[in-house]
Amino acid sequence: MNILNLFAAMPGAVAQGLIWGITSIGIYITFRILDIADLSVDGSLCTGGAVCIMMMLSGQNVFVSLLVATLAGMAAGLATGIFHTFMGIPAILAGILTQLGLYSVNLKIMGKSNQAINVDKYDLLVSLRYIKNVAFYKNTIFVVAIIIVLLIAALYWFFGTELGCALRATGCNSNMSRAQGINTNMSKVLGLVISNGLVALSGGLLSQYQGFADINMGRGAIVIGLAAVIIGEAIFGKIFRNFALKLLGVAFGSILYYIVLQVVIWMGIDTDLLKLLSALVVAVFLAIPYWKGKYFTKPTIKKGENQNAGN
Amino acid sequence: MLEIRNVTKVFNPGTVNEKVALNDFSLTLEEGDFVTVIGGNGAGKSTMMNAIAGVWPVDAGQILIDGVDVTKLSEHKRAKYLGRVFQDPMTGTAATMGIDENLALAKRRGKFRSLKGGTSKKEREEYKELLKILGLGLEDRLTSKVGLLSGGQRQALTLLMATLVKPKLLLLDEHTAALDPKTAAKVLETTEVIVNRDHLTTLMITHNMKDAIAHGNRLIMMHEGRVIYDVRGEEKKNLHVSDLLKKFEEVSGGEFANDRMMLTN
Repeated sequence: MNILNLFAAMPGAVAQGLIWGITSIGIYITFRILDIADLSVDGSLCTGGAVCIMMMLSGQNVFVSLLVATLAGMAAGLATGIFHTFMGIPAILAGILTQLGLYSVNLKIMGKSNQAINVDKYDLLVSLRYIKNVAFYKNTIFVVAIIIVLLIAALYWFFGTELGCALRATGCNSNMSRAQGINTNMSKVLGLVISNGLVALSGGLLSQYQGFADINMGRGAIVIGLAAVIIGEAIFGKIFRNFALKLLGVAFGSILYYIVLQVVIWMGIDTDLLKLLSALVVAVFLAIPYWKGKYFTKPTIKKGENQNAGN
Repeated sequence: MLEIRNVTKVFNPGTVNEKVALNDFSLTLEEGDFVTVIGGNGAGKSTMMNAIAGVWPVDAGQILIDGVDVTKLSEHKRAKYLGRVFQDPMTGTAATMGIDENLALAKRRGKFRSLKGGTSKKEREEYKELLKILGLGLEDRLTSKVGLLSGGQRQALTLLMATLVKPKLLLLDEHTAALDPKTAAKVLETTEVIVNRDHLTTLMITHNMKDAIAHGNRLIMMHEGRVIYDVRGEEKKNLHVSDLLKKFEEVSGGEFANDRMMLTN
């Protein structure tokens, strides 16, 4: 257990954490803003990766490839949205259906279960190899950080618009939203589209980073994303009140997740157990607010004239 | 203004829990009418409001608002014509959003929501002025999250939101029932002020017979999904709670209204 090995692995962990940070921001939109646990992301992450790699292998520019990957993810989100709203399927199940369907779609996109891309032959935006000994503007950490800042700025703007406010209201109180003339089904579909677009973009970057797209690359993406959201909120929730900062907190949460993961690996844990560990950690963190409410709340007696105000 | 023609709504049809909530129900409101609605539990009062608001489709009949047939319109489309305040103070507002953001959502009721800014500085000034009417000091807490407000404050805010864009019809579904008497009186007073100021056509459900007599120009009593008593003008002004109770006993065959009606009178 050489501590230097751990330090050497850190930049890679940060880069991966940042790329997954985009996924986590996407998951934040559905999970926190829309109050939907969207499992389609496990499939759309891979869709993004698959589309991006196949487009690049066919000679497309990296930016065009990422754009199309994002659009493909949006289409996946649209499918989940239609399952959920138009067909009345519970959100969780709608996501699972999309995820399962995407398995076939992803195989068809790639033609086989794994497609590699050579960093020396193609002009990649991010890569394992662009972490050390490259100009800072080519450094993956720098590139992804810029992308995240741009995305957060765009989302901050969007959720401040009339349409974005309608989306937030839908997640907060759908009865009230409909009473105020908001088409809550539309809002949900739109939220799922945006979220899955971000996740697919993240998948496109991830596949470039690791040098291949794999049919299993999205497995457990929802759990990693939720972990990042929860870690981000637990650590930065008290200081990051503003919406943009909250999103930044989620990205930081994702980085922390990968750093912790790296430490755990460095400590020599069996890597086969990592997913089990992630699942348990997320389960416990999701339980904390529930436990808090159930076991640690003391009945409070409010003083003043409003004590019976129905609140 | 509002025309409900022979509307029927049955819940759980074909089961042991079958409940005819609205039974060939008809009601017509004139422009500027302020109608109070009373009736026992399960009389169909809230069902009538939900039918007007389009929470679910009705089984039969027609609903027209200002001459427009809205029977087949979805809930969010009908919102263009309606201002609604609910019984539960939590229902009418978005808790995690600011007071200004909630008002801004209401300001855009019935309009297309674009990618323009969700609230403007000019709007916020306007909201401050409007909040002063409530007399709750909310004008100084414009960006506070609504979740921090008390039930009474939230209900007053919902009322303001419902009337921010003048509705063709204001639906108040026992909007003071969950509040303490003092707060309830205050919210009711504000209701009266806003309704009179904007000459709103209003339908107000209440379980308080005194309030039902004191407010509005017309009173209807519902029982088993129908209107069983409809009184307006001078005749309504001269009503007493005892008259309403007698009327109720007459139609329900002695069985008495409900505990809540008793307790509050």
